[in-house]
Amino acid sequence: MGTEKSQAAGAPATKRQFRIWRGDETGGDLKEYLVEVKEGEVVLDIIHRLQSTEAPDLACRWNCKAGKCGSCSVEINGKPKLACMTRMSTFTADETISVTPLRTFPIVRDLVTDVSFNYEKARETPAFAPPPGVTPGDYRMQQVDVERSQEFRKCIECFLCQTVCHVIRDHEENKPAFAGPRYFIRAAELDMHPLDARDDRKEYAQAEQGLGYCNITKCCTEVCPEHIKITDNGIIPMKERVVDRKYDPLVWLGNKIFRRGQVPQTSVTSEHSPGAVRAPAAGPPGFHSHAGASHDPKAEAQAQAGVNWHREVPKPTAPTLDESGKLPLTELTFDRPAAPSPFGEDVSFPLPPEHLNYAHPEQDKH
Amino acid sequence: MTTTTRIERHHYDVVVIGAGGAGLRAAIEARLAGKKTAIISKSLFGKAHTVMAEGGAAAAMGNVNSRDSWPVHFRDTMRGGKFLNNFRMAELHAKESPQRIWELETYGALFDRTKDGRISQRNFGGHEYPRLAHVGDRTGLELIRTLQQKIVSLQQEDRREHGSYDARIRVFAETTITELLLDGDRVAGAFGYYRESGEFILFEAPAVVLATGGVGRSYKVTSNSWEYTGDGHALALRAGATLINMEFLQFHPTGMVWPPSVKGILVTESVRGDGGILKNSEGKRFMFDYVPDVFRKQYADSEAEADRWYEDPDHNRRPPELLPRDEVARAINSEVKAGRGTPAGGVYLDIASRLPAEEIRRRLPSMYHQFKELADVDITREPMEVGPTCHYVMGGVEVDPDSGAAFGHVRGLFAAGEVSGGMHGSNRLGGNSLSDLLVFGKRAGGHAASYADGLASRPQVPVPAVETAVETALAPLQRDTGESPYVLQQDLQAVMGELVGIIRREGELVDALARLGELRERVAKVSAAGGRRYNPGWHLALDLRNMLVVSECTAKAALERRESRGGHTREDHPTMDPAWRRVNQVCSLEGDIVHLDRKPLPRMRPELFALFDRAELAKYLTDEELAEFDALTEEER
Ligand SMILES: Cc1cc2nc3c(=O)[nH]c(=O)nc-3n(C[C@H](O)[C@H](O)[C@H](O)COP(=O)(O)OP(=O)(O)OC[C@H]3O[C@@H](n4cnc5c(N)ncnc54)[C@H](O)[C@@H]3O)c2cc1C
Ligand code: SF4
Ligand code: SF4
Ligand code: FES
Repeated sequence: MGTEKSQAAGAPATKRQFRIWRGDETGGDLKEYLVEVKEGEVVLDIIHRLQSTEAPDLACRWNCKAGKCGSCSVEINGKPKLACMTRMSTFTADETISVTPLRTFPIVRDLVTDVSFNYEKARETPAFAPPPGVTPGDYRMQQVDVERSQEFRKCIECFLCQTVCHVIRDHEENKPAFAGPRYFIRAAELDMHPLDARDDRKEYAQAEQGLGYCNITKCCTEVCPEHIKITDNGIIPMKERVVDRKYDPLVWLGNKIFRRGQVPQTSVTSEHSPGAVRAPAAGPPGFHSHAGASHDPKAEAQAQAGVNWHREVPKPTAPTLDESGKLPLTELTFDRPAAPSPFGEDVSFPLPPEHLNYAHPEQDKH
Repeated sequence: MTTTTRIERHHYDVVVIGAGGAGLRAAIEARLAGKKTAIISKSLFGKAHTVMAEGGAAAAMGNVNSRDSWPVHFRDTMRGGKFLNNFRMAELHAKESPQRIWELETYGALFDRTKDGRISQRNFGGHEYPRLAHVGDRTGLELIRTLQQKIVSLQQEDRREHGSYDARIRVFAETTITELLLDGDRVAGAFGYYRESGEFILFEAPAVVLATGGVGRSYKVTSNSWEYTGDGHALALRAGATLINMEFLQFHPTGMVWPPSVKGILVTESVRGDGGILKNSEGKRFMFDYVPDVFRKQYADSEAEADRWYEDPDHNRRPPELLPRDEVARAINSEVKAGRGTPAGGVYLDIASRLPAEEIRRRLPSMYHQFKELADVDITREPMEVGPTCHYVMGGVEVDPDSGAAFGHVRGLFAAGEVSGGMHGSNRLGGNSLSDLLVFGKRAGGHAASYADGLASRPQVPVPAVETAVETALAPLQRDTGESPYVLQQDLQAVMGELVGIIRREGELVDALARLGELRERVAKVSAAGGRRYNPGWHLALDLRNMLVVSECTAKAALERRESRGGHTREDHPTMDPAWRRVNQVCSLEGDIVHLDRKPLPRMRPELFALFDRAELAKYLTDEELAEFDALTEEER
């Protein structure tokens, strides 16, 4: 039966080298395993084989084994992936395969991390607001109108986009203010829902979810196993329209900055971020610490230093609009990778503090 | 190892065990009734089995074909279950499903639409009209996410009112319940452990709703996840409740059979609903050879008629690929046994030659995606290789149809969803489960709340019972002489798959019972290596005893039922026996021995009987019952 085919294909079971992170929040390291691999198997099969042989207590989450539940998220050779959807045939025969837990979340044990951050952010996102006066059964919507939201509702909550996003990947300090791509598309989904009664989803995303931290690196879109166009279809349209409505990006920026007495959000999107943006495409990562907070001392210092709140600030200038009257933000037609800055190409971040016109509520005490 | 038993205690009015569709709907209802409610789940919030359901949720809304109505849905359900269904459950289900689906829209669900903007409905095996509300082929995901988000919205309300999200409804994710605690015959609470830390947790609550899903992990080829170890079934038995219809397991006809690692994973029925056909290795469309007499009237007997049906269902009969699941599963099994199977031991399911590639990708996006990524098969170009996989258990906790309260000698215990029995009779129609979860989840949650209200005194958790529960839970970790839980699970799966599988024989069932007896001794001595923190070996060791007792129920009931009906096929008794239709087999537990009793089916009300043709009923009923039916129809005239 099944074996006939594998024999026909002439691929008997072979042994392959694995490195799997074992440990808990007190520490751990990569353990080497030599495991049997059969044709047609995926990485999760190998983990299961280890559990039923030499490592019965190896901790790993899974449920559906079909890419539908989003439980089995791990980092394979440093790339966030679903273990059940990563076929062994995608590796070369002599490649050592490393499997490590999601880096952005605290370790529980082995490959299991504490993803409660995501559930907290989910709880903070305002729920669907039913249209008043429409009784159940009377909802009428056109297929074309629901399709946009349906794309985002495909999300299996694997949190791969959350773990890859550089805003929080090595920046524990950004977590309180940043909901992450998964929840940006939740806001986008509700924003595009034909019957949702709230009309402030974008503004909410900007003001409360930290949409402004996102500098559209698209890493989230790249790892999404559901192929949801998180940036192109979710984040960018929201950014575009928030900016559109508020018209003046600099004023808006000034309103938001230092909101929670924090590091200026712009610092995250500038200097020290590029290194953290992309997970290494291949090759075993070293040991990695899950200590989290790799605070940027420079940004911290800037934040502490204080600013002259009474200075003259340059008048904000309107950014150039395209023929449709919008900011030219469409990634597809743009001449460089990633999206242009919604603040105009001539503005670079962080802004010099002298350029901010923010009035600190307690400025008189300073 | 010393047993430092710190036990975290919580007080709730209603504890819902299970965070799938049934559990979440029950919790919403209990919370809306003002009860302080806990939701407990073995995996993370939103990962329960319901997430995997693909095809859709059946509800006679009549959006696509206005001739559909609850009596038609009721009739299909009874037919599908071969008249063994609890008629009252089938009736409530058919009547209430549309409201439950519409209600989901008010929670934010976005189903696919018809041209006039209503919820679109699709064809599915066993349903006379297009009836399944769906979202592409990820309906389960939509359903669970919607309920999850409704719970969040209730938590947000509570936060505004009481200052905390958890004030009146709290989710305990990755927490497994191992024991129900009783005060006399009343439920007093539930005991379990956090999977993350291995710490124990005790819920004190007068009402418990079981919504733990099914038992499929006892089989090797299964579409079910590690969670499906029959915990709810076993908890109910140990608490003094009863199980019915445990011999009926649904083998989904089309699970993937190649590549081996994904063996068992499901190919949704909508592939067939949308035009996919089954072929054997000789290229023959074989289902026409397997239409049973009872279904001749509804199913086409030529390819031409079958093909016309997709366009014009009102004037043509349905293609036989859409026969109820048990029929299709048996047909595939016969073809493979006759040597006409594929190399991997299945048959071909071909949609590539039936629809344009673009259309396939649009209608079946997640199937396309799943085959592409898991099997490297492009379903728009080549046929899939499929075969039967263990999918759903019809049997479950015997409940009062209206309230979901468990029978037997226990009070305060409710059950809904796959863990409850009766609704689907001997075979479930595709799509009837998702609507079942909503209808009976709501009912169980509501009745659990009013039961808690009506109590004069709160039951007390007896201390010795908690101590025993702690000891039982820690035992596998403290033993190092026993066998590995993984080995035991494999052995159990082998027994069930080979001896209590899709086709059953008396000798093999007797053998199975003997082997299960041996396994019981071995499971009692299982040992798990490692510590208490997130230790899957330990978790499996604790689940094993549940799998075992539920498997014993199945084997015993299968041995007794000397006929073939729905999800129970006896090679030595290949036909349906009307006398057996009148009988439910009821399992209970005495000590750790499974006890089997027979109980007559409740009698269907006359006006429901009258919905059927006499000719159709004649295939199911005894002469005696038919005489009664004739007398009834006489009276009416
Ligand atoms: C692949 C697949 C496709 C399907 N497609 C369809 C379809 O198209 N249409 C349809 O109608 N039906 C379909 N079904 C069937 C349907 O999905 C299930 O029957 C249904 O989802 C069961 O829901 P439930 O709420 O009863 O339980 P589940 O959703 O399975 O939830 C069970 C819950 O109980 C929890 N639990 C279990 N034991 C314990 C314990 N000891 N302690 C604490 N928590 C526990 C689990 O963690 C989980 O949260 C499909 C099933 C599968 C497997
Ligand atoms: S585009 Fe980049 S910065 Fe923005 S959410 Fe995605 S990963 Fe994070
Ligand atoms: S958006 Fe994609 S990557 Fe992010 S959680 Fe959802 S499915 Fe996963
Ligand atoms: S196990 Fe469900 S997505 Fe991998």
